[in-house]
Parts: sequence; structure tokens; C-alpha cells
Amino acid sequence: MVNLKIDGIDVSVPENTTILEAAAKAGINIPTLCFLKDINEIGACRICVVEIEGIEKLRAACNSPVEEGMSVLTDSPRVRQARKTNLQLILSQHDSKCTTCYRNGNCSLQSLAESFCLTGNSFPETPAANNWDYSYHLIREESKCIKCMRCVNVCDKIQTLKIWDVNGTGSRTTVGVTGGKKINEINCALCGQCITHCPVGALHERDDTAKAIKALDDENLVTVVQIAPAVRAAWGEHLGLTREEATVKKLVSALRKMGFNYIFDTNFSADLTIMEEGSEFVEKLTHKDENKFPMFTSCCPGWVRFIKTEYPDMVDMLSTAKSPQAMFGAVTKTYFAEKIGVKPENIFCISIMPCTSKKSECDIEALNSSGVKDVDIVLTTREVDRLIKARGIDAKALEEEEFDSPLGDGSGAAVIFGATGGVMEAALRSAYFLVTGKNPDPDAFKAVRGFDGPWREAEINIDGTVIKVAVASGLGNTRQLIEAIRAGRVHYDFVEIMACPGGCGGGGGQPIHDGEELAPVRGENLYCLDKNNPIRFSHENPAVLKVYEEYFEKPLSHKAHELLHTDHFSWDVIK
Amino acid sequence: MDRLSLSNKSANTRALEELAKSVGNYLPTAAQGLCPVDTAASYIGACLAQSCGKCVPCRVGLRKLGELYEKILSGKGEESDIGLIESTASVIADSADCAIGYVAGEMALTSVRAFREDYESHIARNWCCAREEHPVHCLALCPAHVDIPGYIALTQKGRYADAIRLIRKDNPFPSVCGLICEHPCEEGCKRNLVDDAVNIRGIKRFAAEKAGYVPAPACAEPTGKKVAVIGAGPAGLTAAYYLALMGHKVSVYEKRNHPGGMLRYGIPDYRLPEKILTDEINVILETGIDLHLGVDIGKDISIKEIAESADAALIAIGAHSDKKLRIEGEDLNGVVSAVTLLRGIGDGEKPDFTGKKVCVVGGGNVAMDCARSSVRLGAEKVSIVYRRRQADMTALAEEVEGAIAEGCEPVTMMAPVRIEGDENGNAKYLVCQPQIISTIGRDGRPGVKAAGVPEVKLEADIVIVAIGQAIESAHFGEFGLPLKWDTIAASDECHFETASGIFCGGDCATGPATVIRAIAAGKVAARNIDKYLGFDHEIEVDIDIPAPSLLDRPACGRVTMKERDADERKNDFELVEKCMTEEEAGQECSRCLGCDHFGYGKFRGGRCFKW
Repeated sequence: MVNLKIDGIDVSVPENTTILEAAAKAGINIPTLCFLKDINEIGACRICVVEIEGIEKLRAACNSPVEEGMSVLTDSPRVRQARKTNLQLILSQHDSKCTTCYRNGNCSLQSLAESFCLTGNSFPETPAANNWDYSYHLIREESKCIKCMRCVNVCDKIQTLKIWDVNGTGSRTTVGVTGGKKINEINCALCGQCITHCPVGALHERDDTAKAIKALDDENLVTVVQIAPAVRAAWGEHLGLTREEATVKKLVSALRKMGFNYIFDTNFSADLTIMEEGSEFVEKLTHKDENKFPMFTSCCPGWVRFIKTEYPDMVDMLSTAKSPQAMFGAVTKTYFAEKIGVKPENIFCISIMPCTSKKSECDIEALNSSGVKDVDIVLTTREVDRLIKARGIDAKALEEEEFDSPLGDGSGAAVIFGATGGVMEAALRSAYFLVTGKNPDPDAFKAVRGFDGPWREAEINIDGTVIKVAVASGLGNTRQLIEAIRAGRVHYDFVEIMACPGGCGGGGGQPIHDGEELAPVRGENLYCLDKNNPIRFSHENPAVLKVYEEYFEKPLSHKAHELLHTDHFSWDVIK
Repeated sequence: MDRLSLSNKSANTRALEELAKSVGNYLPTAAQGLCPVDTAASYIGACLAQSCGKCVPCRVGLRKLGELYEKILSGKGEESDIGLIESTASVIADSADCAIGYVAGEMALTSVRAFREDYESHIARNWCCAREEHPVHCLALCPAHVDIPGYIALTQKGRYADAIRLIRKDNPFPSVCGLICEHPCEEGCKRNLVDDAVNIRGIKRFAAEKAGYVPAPACAEPTGKKVAVIGAGPAGLTAAYYLALMGHKVSVYEKRNHPGGMLRYGIPDYRLPEKILTDEINVILETGIDLHLGVDIGKDISIKEIAESADAALIAIGAHSDKKLRIEGEDLNGVVSAVTLLRGIGDGEKPDFTGKKVCVVGGGNVAMDCARSSVRLGAEKVSIVYRRRQADMTALAEEVEGAIAEGCEPVTMMAPVRIEGDENGNAKYLVCQPQIISTIGRDGRPGVKAAGVPEVKLEADIVIVAIGQAIESAHFGEFGLPLKWDTIAASDECHFETASGIFCGGDCATGPATVIRAIAAGKVAARNIDKYLGFDHEIEVDIDIPAPSLLDRPACGRVTMKERDADERKNDFELVEKCMTEEEAGQECSRCLGCDHFGYGKFRGGRCFKW
């Protein structure tokens, strides 16, 4: 243990603790801005500087280790002056039009400025001009970027895609797309992790709320909305609701108040995905010699973009099943359109997703099978929250309401799609049934849950056949797993990948809490919903059984192939 | 008021001088990885501050250049701006009245011509394509990329063996390099901004001496692959060491009777004692390398046979042949090449120069080695004959100073014309044509031309020709490897497009260079041979680097290496340089600015824990 004094308080902490952590232990809050634990400890903003007795230079608390006998001042006049000047310098290059910023009220720079009682700025404010394609799904506003480099490090270290790089030189140094490319010229997975780790509003998804409102206002359109599993675990966080209060049924109610005609659940099509993907896997297993293994899940569009650009020779190992969002769009504009007697072009299909990459998935023409766009627009959890606020809906006063029928039913197996390992667990539950004709214990495959290590693996015995499965989330972890598979160090039959760490719970479209990783908490919420769901198996979802009976006949049927599967080679990430 | 007064420096002038000196230090040190466009813009800004304002090209032209640069750097440049910069700079260079203007114009011209592609990239994409990232300057400048901040931190903590293990991850010759490395790392040391570079080599020597014997790490599982290495110099032994650690079976073939190459046969004992070299090589051999001495490839066995005997072969034969002056009298008795002399000494055959007058021709480190060895061999007088000025000598300044202290006399601005002998065919005089220093050439060095004065005769019983080394590459050319002049033209990856399984590195591929560059070549060759053999071994070391010290680094003089008294040392071949004391090493370590933690290093790293 190392003993030191911080602002006169004795603290004892383990070796290699930073001054920042030691101060927190003593109940002293040192302000930070660029700091992101384990990811960005680069001491760039110089907001967290402290004075150390006997040392002339101020040191960054975020990356300075404690030393025995050290005496630290975190709030001396010198420290305050340095922080204030540095903050003003940052603000002098930041477009502080907070009122129209996506991060208004949830911005680390804004709250920092507030805590410094700043009135005006000693330096003229000259934010740089923006130069971006605003029609793209991911938007970066140069005028707001504070060059904290978090996005660079998140993409380098967590996702290993290195989309962002230091651009410009000297005093003109900023962040830009690697190689000076345009964002649509590079292999970005669109996972949105840079957005959720940006302390300000410099990075955000393209806002599609206006399109949603326009569709709602259009009397000729029937609006159909689907809610993705992980959205229900997060949507209330910035609306003043506790996790217990923010049930999905209240979100249904909010959407109904906005005027959506049909409010359905992506859980329905998640169950449908399991039927198709599970059957595909069982089919492949029974013809093991003719197929390449492992089979990879295909529901995460960030992952699909990743494999298509990073490991194109492995694309044929992806399941051909479309993602739940895409299946939902296809079913809505065919089966459901026929059922309600509305032409597909008169249906406006909206997804609410925890994801930024889904915005790009719904624009892939090859995924459409209804003759028009299957999914018209995607709203992130954050956008739907904004829509709720914009419509003046009091989230606290919402009452629970049921999903509409028939695409509103989902099993417990479907709801865990939102957590890493969930798709695998759901698939195994049904694969077991498909092979043996018997249901397993629904909790039999819990081994794939959790967040430990680059990936988790399990061996499952289905009727004497041992299958090896693996689960990874986060693209850096994914890369490690794939490299191990390619090097022949590991062998699996079935692998689930989610681009965002922790799966969709930690999705790039989820509410932002600076410095917190909420995927585990949100995942817990989903596992709870699974446990409490009377239906734990996708193959028991009555709506799914009905759609097969009335429309698709059986999994992997000709019609199912036409509408629910896709050719991953039919489109390119970089056009 | 008096009509005359002494012009004493005002406080203002002194402050300006300080500032200029500081900028002077700043520029070369900060030159690692800068944007050429931004740098040119800044230099022109600095030049503009010097303009007296009298003449148009300088007063207005430089300002307009500055504006064009600003436009390009802020992403508003147009394609035509490059041409405008070039023509404007050209006119400033041509028509400014004094050097302040025309030198600035020439700088802009040099930049826009050398980095045209980068200017275009700035204009097209607002992207600097020439910028290189060097988060930790010293580490990036070391050809072998040794983790310098890491071993300095370990040395400071007294963890000497760990420091040596960390160095050996990238360089198996820590003791050797601690004594004789040319330390290119120090050129970019950020400490130059504050006062002077950290004495990195001195710290390494201190750590190596303190650590004593540190065993080699364990080798990986045997792969069953065989690699033949030709040449037991620094490149060959480095490659052999890493290949052995990777689990390959390595056989090294050496022409001479002892391993070490130029380390033994080129560098005298007073700079690199034989025992230190042997101890270091023994650690390398601990990894299970088979060493075959006295095998001359091309005579005893052909490269073809060697290549067929192994799964891969590395040629690292160095540059051990001499270069001739090509003047009359070179065949006289007493005329000897530097390599021949030093090789003999390395094999223990020390000639007796007692009473002889020796002329060493050349100005490089080898020339100094010959001159200082001659003193030790009893020479009555040693002259170092060089065509240019002392300042132009390519030898390290401390080597030149050492030679002078030991009584060698630089005879500069002298070009040898012929050697005259006596009736017995023994050398008697080295006849030289005095030279005059001349215009600066393309390489940035001043040329020389014959001065309009008569030839001079220097007494010379012994003439040692130290004007460079050549490579005995003919046999390898006959085998089918590409040659360029006498070097074996391997790629930067140490292999050949035309000969699969054959690798080549070190002096024989680059021409005579430094030890650390040969070591770097050995490292690169080892990695690429491993890959060629179908493996992906990683060389790593499990050492935790001490946490960065938060202490201030106030300006503080650099500890330089002390030497034994010239009067004493010139009589023997014992080591000249003294090691730092613990006190000195501690202070020197504390001068390290810790660029691995402070500054860009913390963001972009630069440290490799494995390769």
C-alpha cells in the first residue's frame, strides 16, 4: 500500500493507483474531460491537473501514479487557474450552441463549464467549420470536437478498426477519418462506440426523427413500428424512469400516443430468426462434410460489415438468415400487408434499435424482398427518447399497454438477443428441440453468458452429438477469436458475434452515460425478462408458429429462403 | 554625449539570443515526424521576423508565401497554389538582395519540390501523407528499436538484469553497444530541447556492467527447421540468436578463427575489450547455436551447398575487404590497409611500429582506430591525413579528440598523390597535394579542390589506408544473387525476389555501416526467416516497466564519459573509457524525460512488448 495526503486527507491505496483514483477514494472529486478508464488515459485536456508538493510542474491526475509520502493539492489557486484557462481554451474551439445540440443536458463539457462558474470566455470563440456528408448514418461535427482522442482510442483498442486517426498537424491537429478518406470510403462497422464514448456532441447518428414525424402525419401511410430487445432495457434511463418503471409496455403506450398504427416487437422476428438460423445450423451439422465451420450468426450488422471488409474469405460462413430487423420488415410488408389488405408501399416500417449500424442495414437494397424498402427508417433508443420528449409525453405518467397482434409476441429466448451470448443461447434451446424433439432445461446453456475474456466457449451435448460453440462481443475480441480460428488454435461449430462490447445492451444507439459501461446491467434486465416470460423457447412462440402455418410452411422453405434469407455477397460495404 | 561607446548587450538582446538558441535546439529535435508543409510554413514565419523590410521579394514575398501556406494548411488550398508557391519562392531566391530573403526562398523551394505529393494531399484531402508518428523519438531512431525509456527506468531502479533482458528483446549485444554504439537515438532525444541529450549509451554501459552475467532466455519448442547463417558478425549472430530462441536449429559459418566479425576484427580492444565481446557472444551461443569457425564460403564450401543443407540461409558476411587509394607506390612495403592491420591485431598478431612514422589516410572511425592502435604499437609519430577539414571528419568527435590526446596529429586538407619508397621498396614518403575547401555539394558537405601550392612530402614508414571497406561478394553474385556495385542487393526485408529461402543483411547488403544497423538487420532477417519457414513466433520479455517518475526534470548538464589519462592509456590496449559512477548514472537516468509516458507516447505508445 502507498500512503499519501490529498488535500490534507490521509489516503492509503495499492501501488500503481492513479492520483485520480486515490482522490476519489478520499471523497475528493477531480474534474476530468478526456479521461476514459483503460481506454483513454492520455492526459490531453489538462483539466485534471493537480499540484504535488515538491514538484514544480502540474501533473495530470488521471495517469499519474501515487508515490509514497506524496502530498497532493487538487484545488489550489494554481490548479484552479490552469484548469480554468485550459477549459476556456477548449471552449474557444468548441461550437457552444448547446440549445440545438443532441447532447444538450448530457454533455461532459457543458457540465464541466457549469462547475467552473464560467461567465464568458477570455478567448474569442472560433470553432472550425464542419465538412461532412450529413446524409450518412454517422456524423462528425468538427466544430464540436474537443480532440480528446477518445474516439480514436475506442476504435483502435476496443474495436481495432482504426477508423479515426489524428488529422492535420501542429496546432491544426484534429480527428478525422484515417487516411484523409471520406467516412463512406472506409470499412467503418458503424457500431457507434465512438458516439457513445464521445464526451460532447461531436459524434452522433443521423437524426431520422423528422422522417418519423412526417410519416406519422401522412394519412395515406400505415405506420408499423418494431421495438428491438435491448431498447427495453435502456429507453427510460434519460426520461427519469427507474429500470423497474421503464417497462416495454410503457414504451408501447408512448408510441401509441404518438400515433403509430401498429406497435410490434422485434422479439417476434428474433424468434423467427432462431427458427431459420437454428434449422440452418442443424441442416449444416447433418451434412458436416459439405459445410465450412463454424457457422457465424448474422444478426448484427456491425459484425457483418466487419467480416465483409476484414475477413472477406469467411463471409460464406455467415448464416444466410437475415437479421431480426430485416425479417420483421420483410414479414410486415408481405404477410402482414396481405393480412390487413394494404399495399406494401403504403406501409411505413420503423425500427427502434439500440444500434447505429441498423440505420445502414435498412438501406441495403439487396435485403428488401417486398418490392419496396422493407424497413423504412431506424430510430435509435436515443432518438425515440427525443421523440417522446418532443411529443410532450410525460414518461412518468405512462401506463402499461400491450403490443399489437400478431407480430407482438416474443419468447424469453428472443429478449436475450440484446445481451452477448443471447442469440447463441436461444439458438441452442431450439436446436436441441429440433434434433431431439424434446425441450431442454431453458437455463441449460447459461455458460455462454457473461463478459469474461475475449470470448467464451461451451460444449453442448445434443443427443450424443457434441457441438462446440463460442461467443464474442466487441470487434477487438472478435478479431482475436477469428485469428485463433484461422490459425487452427481453436475449433467451433457455431459462433455468435456482436460488434458492441456486451452486445446490444451496450449498443452504439443506446442512451449515453459518460464513463459508464451499462451493457452488464441492461443485460441482467433482459435475462430477468427471459426468466419471467412463460414462453422460453422460440419454437413455442404462437405468432411464429402461426406465420409458418399460414405463410412460410416450414423453416428453410422456398418462401422462407426468398423472404428471410439473404446473399451476403450481393452488396459491398464500400460502394 | 560621447561620440563613441562600447556596445554592450542589452537585456533584450540577451533574451533574444536565448530565444534563438532555444529555437535552434528545438528544430532538429522536433524534426521527428513533422508535417513538411507545416514545418516550411513555420520556418518561413521565422524568416519573416528577420526581414529588415527593405526589399520587395523578402518583405512582401515571404508574407504572401505565408498566406498561401496558411490557406493550404487550413484546407482551403487550390491545386494552383503549389505552382504559385514554387514560382514565388523561386523569384525570392533569385531576386532578394540579401541572404535573409534568398535563403528563405530557397527553403520554400526545397520543401515544395521535395514534398510536392504532400502539398497535393493537403489540398485534395486536408491530409498530411508525409507525417510520420514517432511517439518516442529515441526508440524510433534506434535502428533496432530498443526500448530506451524502459531500460533507463529499470536502471534507475537498480534493476540492471531486467534492463539487460529488456534490451536483449531487440538487441543481443547490450554490453557491446554500451561501449561502441554510435547512438543515433540521442540525436532526437527531447532532452535536447531543455539542455542536452541524455547519455543513453553511457547508461546502457553502466547497466551492462552492473548486471554482469545475465543468462539468455529459454528457447521455444524445437521446430525441426534448420537455418544456416554465413558470418558471425553482429548481423549474423543477432539473427542466429533470435532464430534459436524461436526454436530453429541454427548453424553459423565463420571464415575467421573467432566469432565477432568487425566487432573483433575492426574495433580495437581499447574501445571494445576482447573479454567483454567474448562473454556477450557466449550468452548468444548459450541458445544452442552451432558455430563452425574457419569455414570460407566460396572456397571450403559453396553457398549452394550451404543453402541446400538448411531450410533457409542468411548471408551476413560484412564488409571486410579493403579499398585502394589507386595511387603510385601503393604496393610498397609498409603500405597496409586498415582492415588488414586491424584484423591482424584482432587475431593477436600485433606488428611492432616502434620508431616508425605512420600516416593514416582517412577521416572516419576506422582511421581513428588505426591511428590510435599505431600509437599503442609504438609508433614514433602518427599523422591522420585527410582531404578535408577536421570538422568534416566522419569519425565521432570523441574519437578524433581521443586520437589527438594520444598524440596523433591531424594533417588536414591533404590529398595523397603518391607514395615514394627507398631503394629496398619500403615506403618513405607520402606525397600530398594541399587542398582548399570549396563549395558545398549535393550531400551537404563541402568539397575540396587542389590548392595552388606545391606538393608536400610527409615522412611515412607506414601508410595505413582507411578510406572505406569493400565486400567480397563475387561468389554470391555467381550464385545468382543480385549485386549493386559490390553490395548484395537484398530488399529492406532482407530477402530477394529471385532466390527464395536466401536472406541477406548487415554491411554486405548496405555497405559499411554501424553495428546497431547490422543488429537491426539481424532482427529483421530473423523475423522474416521465421515467417518464411511457416511460423509466427514472437520475441517477448515479461518485465514490468517502473511507473513514470513525476519529479521535475530541471535543466541539468549531461554526464559525459571519462577516459583514462592519455599518457597512460596510449601504452596499452586496455579499455580507454571509464564507466559512469552510480551517482552519475542515477543523475543521468533522472534526466530522461520519459517520453513513453509524457506527451504523445502516452497516446500512441511506440513501445512494442513483443515483435
